[in-house]
Amino acid sequence: MAEFLQQLINGLALGSILALIALGYTMVYGILRFINFAHGDVFMLGAFAGFYLTPKVANFFPTPSILSGLVVMAMAMAICAAIGIVIERFAYRPLRNSPKLTMLITAIGVSLFLEYSGQLVFGAAPKKFPALIPVYPMANLGGLSVTSNQIIVLAVTLLLLVALRFIVLKTKIGMAMRALSFNPEAAALMGVNTDVVISFTFALGSALAAAAGILFAVNYPAIDPLMGILPGLKAFVAAVLGGIGNLPGAALGGIIIGVTETLVAGYISSTYRDAIAFAILILILLVKPSGLLGKKEIEKV
Amino acid sequence: MNFPRAKTFLLGAIALCFLISLFASQINSYWLFISYDVGINIILAVSLNLINGYTGQFSLGHAGFMAVGAYTAAMITNQFGELNTFASGAVFLTALLAGGLAAAVAGLLVGIPTLRLRGDYLAIVTLGFGEIIRVIFQNMQSVGGARGLSVMHGWTNFFWTFGFAAITIYVVVALVHSTYGRGFVAVRDDEIAAASMGINPTKYKVTAFVIGAFFAGIAGGLYAHSKQFLTPGGFGFMQSIAIVVMVILGGMGNTVGVIIAAILLTLLPEFLRPVAEYRMIIYSLLLIILMLTRPQGLFSLRKSLSVK
Amino acid sequence: MKIWRGQFLAALAVFLFLTGCNKPPGESAASGDVIKVGEFASLTGSEATFGQSSHKGTALAIDDLNAAGGVLGKKFQLLTEDDQSQAGQPATVVRKLISSDGVAAILGEVASSRSLEAAPICQENKIPMISPASTNPKVTEVGDYIFRVCFIDPFQGTVMANFALHTLHLKNVVVLTDAKSDYSLGLAKFFKEGFVAGGGKIVAEQNYSSGDKDFSAELTAIRSANPDGIFVPGYYTEVGLIALQARQLGINIPLFGGDGWESSALVPIGGKALEGCYFSTHYSPQDTSPAVQNFVKEFQAKYNETPDAMAALGYDSAMILADAIKHAGTTDPAKVRDALAAEKDFSGVTGKITIDANRNASKPAVILTITNGQFQYVETIAP
Repeated sequence: MAEFLQQLINGLALGSILALIALGYTMVYGILRFINFAHGDVFMLGAFAGFYLTPKVANFFPTPSILSGLVVMAMAMAICAAIGIVIERFAYRPLRNSPKLTMLITAIGVSLFLEYSGQLVFGAAPKKFPALIPVYPMANLGGLSVTSNQIIVLAVTLLLLVALRFIVLKTKIGMAMRALSFNPEAAALMGVNTDVVISFTFALGSALAAAAGILFAVNYPAIDPLMGILPGLKAFVAAVLGGIGNLPGAALGGIIIGVTETLVAGYISSTYRDAIAFAILILILLVKPSGLLGKKEIEKV
Repeated sequence: MNFPRAKTFLLGAIALCFLISLFASQINSYWLFISYDVGINIILAVSLNLINGYTGQFSLGHAGFMAVGAYTAAMITNQFGELNTFASGAVFLTALLAGGLAAAVAGLLVGIPTLRLRGDYLAIVTLGFGEIIRVIFQNMQSVGGARGLSVMHGWTNFFWTFGFAAITIYVVVALVHSTYGRGFVAVRDDEIAAASMGINPTKYKVTAFVIGAFFAGIAGGLYAHSKQFLTPGGFGFMQSIAIVVMVILGGMGNTVGVIIAAILLTLLPEFLRPVAEYRMIIYSLLLIILMLTRPQGLFSLRKSLSVK
Repeated sequence: MKIWRGQFLAALAVFLFLTGCNKPPGESAASGDVIKVGEFASLTGSEATFGQSSHKGTALAIDDLNAAGGVLGKKFQLLTEDDQSQAGQPATVVRKLISSDGVAAILGEVASSRSLEAAPICQENKIPMISPASTNPKVTEVGDYIFRVCFIDPFQGTVMANFALHTLHLKNVVVLTDAKSDYSLGLAKFFKEGFVAGGGKIVAEQNYSSGDKDFSAELTAIRSANPDGIFVPGYYTEVGLIALQARQLGINIPLFGGDGWESSALVPIGGKALEGCYFSTHYSPQDTSPAVQNFVKEFQAKYNETPDAMAALGYDSAMILADAIKHAGTTDPAKVRDALAAEKDFSGVTGKITIDANRNASKPAVILTITNGQFQYVETIAP
């Protein structure tokens, strides 16, 4: 039983990071009906931004603390938000009226570009991610180990989810995002500036991915330019699982994937770990394509 | 059929391949094997074109079918020792066809469940299937798993490679231009309208997958006997993408364009070797620029894509 | 449309003839005043960190050789090709190096699977191939032109098994293997055989894949099996994280592994979690012999980083080739092959290398431990 609970905690921590990435996928898909393959690489860039920023920030905060960690995260989020806007502006916006196929291939191109440029610029060898946040000793309750990092991941994820929910439900631009996801043409007719809202969505998604990148790097302090491939793929599956275009669904999907994967890896076999995510994907698409929380889309003639 | 002499051309092409293969030892072995890669990629691209281009089913898992064909053919030929030319030819042909059939079965298994899906979803599911096939081979110790499988006989030569390339082209083009084949394009253009006209989209989609997978399996078998070493990692997402790029570059549904694209995209990396570090960066930039400027492919006659 | 096909094939055939006929392998290799040596490595892609490392070592060796005037009065020219960590590429690039570039010998690769792909081609063309770091025994079994300067899985696995049994006195061990790496699988296999044969017990086996970052699932399962040691025959890229997470889960038993651990990036990532862990490798950077110290200094000067095992092996593969050419007195591949096969007690930076009857390097393994964040020498195990 203790082992099961431990696996559960592990899965939860992993799942929350996946949830953050999944939110970015689902937001972009909700508005553009387009899978941004490059999203996982923005996650990677967030981690690297943190890597390069930490020493600079350390000039102002001699000892690492939660505050300094949050400052680094905020800066990384800002940088990646900017990167997201740039990518959207130059690679995706010109193709907005093209078939989805074209955008998909472009997204793959952007993803490959980021990965291989990363290898060239950052070097292919894994780098140690600096200790951003001090590790606080945690009590071992009855054989269960929880690290302070894991608690921080859960806390920050929750905070970001709440903030996101606030933005989407209570702000004007959030309303514009929702309107666009329902019906782009009608939203434009209602005076919504499509370009600005789409840019904002990308910025938001990228910022969340950056946060996920930092949290991931804090927990698994070895970063490399290809680190975004697997988490990106799994987060995508999470988004589809929860119902793509549906925000709470993406969060739920992330948690489910994180927990399932951990349980399978622990109890069955770890070699099938990658396949699990895909198997879940295929299952969900065959059984309930709209996802757990999504609505069915009927294609009209 | 638009070209009554097509069969003559086919036989002529195969004969030409046979002649060329007789001179193979005179040719620089590096370029010779590159030409095998070209032929194999032509088969892969044309077979994928049937699924993606003509039937409009966006499949991102083609490398998985190739893997099935490669491992099947290799397992069969590895049972034999040294053979004379005729015996080896017979065994090789059987192994290739067996690989193709195995891949076709895989195509059936992938095609049927994915029928209801469209566009992006279909792409991702086929990607998932491709990866699952790879993971299965990685865990299959009988074919070496991650440690790889050595293929004893390097029987691939110009004749087999381009002979099959010619056959693949012939079959796909003849099929699509036949009366039956109009159905593929109908399904691509508007599935619901096609269904209301009495065309069974299910039948066509599955047929496209099965035939496409069959030839991908043959390409896999040829690949196995050219490189003579198989690892599951060689049949992953990146390989599927590479083939998809050929189809897109050539113009979906444009066989000639796809063939030229396959040749170009096989040769281009070779010419980029001096700048090997930047090769993938150039490749990815090319992809982006291509999609931004000419998404209908370099050789398509259509002004813009009319695929949904 | 069919008309095109015939034209395509004709054009292709012409193209093939035009791109030139076969150069008899090795003949042009020493023409002029350079000795051409080919190298293939994963300079980009998922295993770039290893390929880049071995390449740096090899390039440094060529520089050193040329600075000393070359061999047989000729300087070396290193032709490096990137195989992108991808299957299918080694065959192509090795053919290019042999047929188009006419190299005298081939150095490469780190990954056994890619070496296995290239080896038959080198054997067929009778060009000597020296792998710096491939440990799968099958590589040199391909033929008598294929060599390696590292030890093979059976040796290293047995070394660690004996070390675990006799020095660490471990009875129940868990093996945590990288299921995606043939190196890891091979080493795990031979360790298990050796350990069980010596009376130990493998209480559990778990797997992960290279590229994974989260091992909590596997480690939690390991924790329940209650072992007294964990054998991790993987690469440093994952080992550091594994150690960290193991300690976080309260697993405080020693971890031990093979030469895949050796890298200056291991300790920064694993930190205190690695204290008291052990691994076998080829050399110790603390080795005070001038050859090793010189190598480390030069490497740091040229690349601004400490060399790891791959770099050292890359260096030795080039050095031993040069030595063989010197002894052969010619770059004729057959004579170089014979000279390589006869190498005895060659002083490499990775130890005294003797090429045995199976063309594998017979050399001692060095066991290191991590104390106070540094690699510390423990003992040497002779073959």
